Amino acid sequence: MSWFKRKDKKFKDPEKKSIPDGLWDKCPSCDEILYRPELEKNLSVCHHCEHHFRVAPQVYVDLLLDKSSETHLYQNLESKDFLKFKAVKKYTDQIVTAKTKTGEKDAIKVYDGKINGESVVLGIMNFRFIGGSMGSVVGEAVSRAIQKAIKDKVPFLLVCASGGARMQEGAISLMQLAKTSTQLAKFAKNGGLYIPILTDPTTGGVTASYGMLGDVILAEPGALIGFAGPRVIKQTIGQDLPKGFQRSEFLLEKGFIDHIVSRSEMKEKISTLISLLT
Amino acid sequence: MSKFYLEFEKPVQELDNKIIELELSNDPNQSDINSIQKLKEKRFGLIEKNYSGLSRWQRVQLARHPNRPYSLDYINFFSPEFIELHGDRYFMDDPAVVSGLGKLGDKKVAFIGQQKGRNTKENLHRNFGMMRPEGYRKALRIMKLAEKFNLPVITFMDTIGAYPGIGAEERGQGEAIARNLLEMSGLRVPIVSVVIGEGASGGALGIGVCDRMLMLENTWYSVISPEGCASILYRDAKKADDAAEALKPTPKDLMEIGICDRIISEPNGGAHRDFVAAANELKSALLDELEQLSKIVPEDFLENRIQKYDKLGYFQENA
Repeated sequence: MSWFKRKDKKFKDPEKKSIPDGLWDKCPSCDEILYRPELEKNLSVCHHCEHHFRVAPQVYVDLLLDKSSETHLYQNLESKDFLKFKAVKKYTDQIVTAKTKTGEKDAIKVYDGKINGESVVLGIMNFRFIGGSMGSVVGEAVSRAIQKAIKDKVPFLLVCASGGARMQEGAISLMQLAKTSTQLAKFAKNGGLYIPILTDPTTGGVTASYGMLGDVILAEPGALIGFAGPRVIKQTIGQDLPKGFQRSEFLLEKGFIDHIVSRSEMKEKISTLISLLT
Repeated sequence: MSKFYLEFEKPVQELDNKIIELELSNDPNQSDINSIQKLKEKRFGLIEKNYSGLSRWQRVQLARHPNRPYSLDYINFFSPEFIELHGDRYFMDDPAVVSGLGKLGDKKVAFIGQQKGRNTKENLHRNFGMMRPEGYRKALRIMKLAEKFNLPVITFMDTIGAYPGIGAEERGQGEAIARNLLEMSGLRVPIVSVVIGEGASGGALGIGVCDRMLMLENTWYSVISPEGCASILYRDAKKADDAAEALKPTPKDLMEIGICDRIISEPNGGAHRDFVAAANELKSALLDELEQLSKIVPEDFLENRIQKYDKLGYFQENA
């Protein structure tokens, strides 16, 4: 609460003046108020501090794939509540809410398309769909994407954003780590090129499987990347975590990712990597 | 070691005490011997009756019973010649996992098992069976050794998860687990995994990609511990019993959804009440599995391994 408060209701606090909903965003990193159309024009990257906002899958489609080159694959895959899972919320309700909120069917979309004329298979995860959690649908989509990349002999790119395995699917969600890693092993044996692009956040089961298994691992600046979440670690060890812990720059320093790539240069860097490796 | 009794084991404790009292009396007469026999029969019946209706949460409690046999108990029982091999060759040795070479019957094998401690001191040393990246890298090193010398690999899972600490993250906990999943999926020797107690999350799976997935009867295996699930999805860690019901993590549950291949029954009352019987049961199951796998050429079991995991998933697909 502020120390001095205007008592006269006729005057409004200038800082609280109402702004049209949906036109302005506050940068969580530098607190600048950003005009949304400008922000979106800049690929949802803050002009002031380069903070990369979390974005919908379509942004990466537009960003990475050549215009009109893409085909959306496996788009009818949908989750199933086979455990009849119910905690505070029912899993079936969570799925419905997430579908309404995002307009998507699950936490991943897979495309085939071209990057500067080179064919690729591209997967894009969506953190807004139940925390980008990996359940049967994500596992199946990734597995099929890899099999397609093997068959078509093209690179596989995967934009990761996930809180981890989808608990509402119990042990089956855990098995998706093995399912996807097993396919990646097969892909590697076939000489396939796999490049994961880690975005904010990539944690838990995704980090412990395909997030960390790239031939080259890229990450957006400032993304939270780790196995255990910061809250769990803090609870376990009972002390504050060092500044910048589990951020892209930290992982680069510790040797677990190859390169930090900002959105504006992502397509060119990936394209160069593909041309150098294939 | 002092005997520990869970809440629902208390009725058994009374009978245990009576039996011990009679057995210890200096000069048991025929009627004492008869009553001991009767009490034992009563105890057997009581356990049969009470344990047939255990809730999932009670099963979880049995899986973490303080008297339950751990990896080294089984390994040492199976293989007096067992030689433990230490260290990941990069950073250190992780005592939360034991690994080494030994025998099962007359078969030479590599053993890898998550190891909990029996008391506070041991648990500090073993980190409560929670592995760090070095542990996964050590396990992988031993698996590669086994591959080179054509030994099947047996892994025992018993962990509530990989260790969530600063150092573990700095040294790539996620990478270490991911690497194991990838390498194990292509390891050219048979892998049999057994959940002997608790199996939670990538921490357990990091040594659990296998051809055959076995579970002892009183164990659980899931994506997260019931407590972890409760604190996230119920926002209350005390709802662990509800979370255990929701996660459906028992061997029977996992058999139904195709994750568990075989349930190994435990002696009356659980493995901790009769270790030798439990260990023998496990041994014969493992020998049987290895025998079956030895008849399959690597190309085939590797393909089966890929197919086994690729089939795991429940979704719908409507055009």
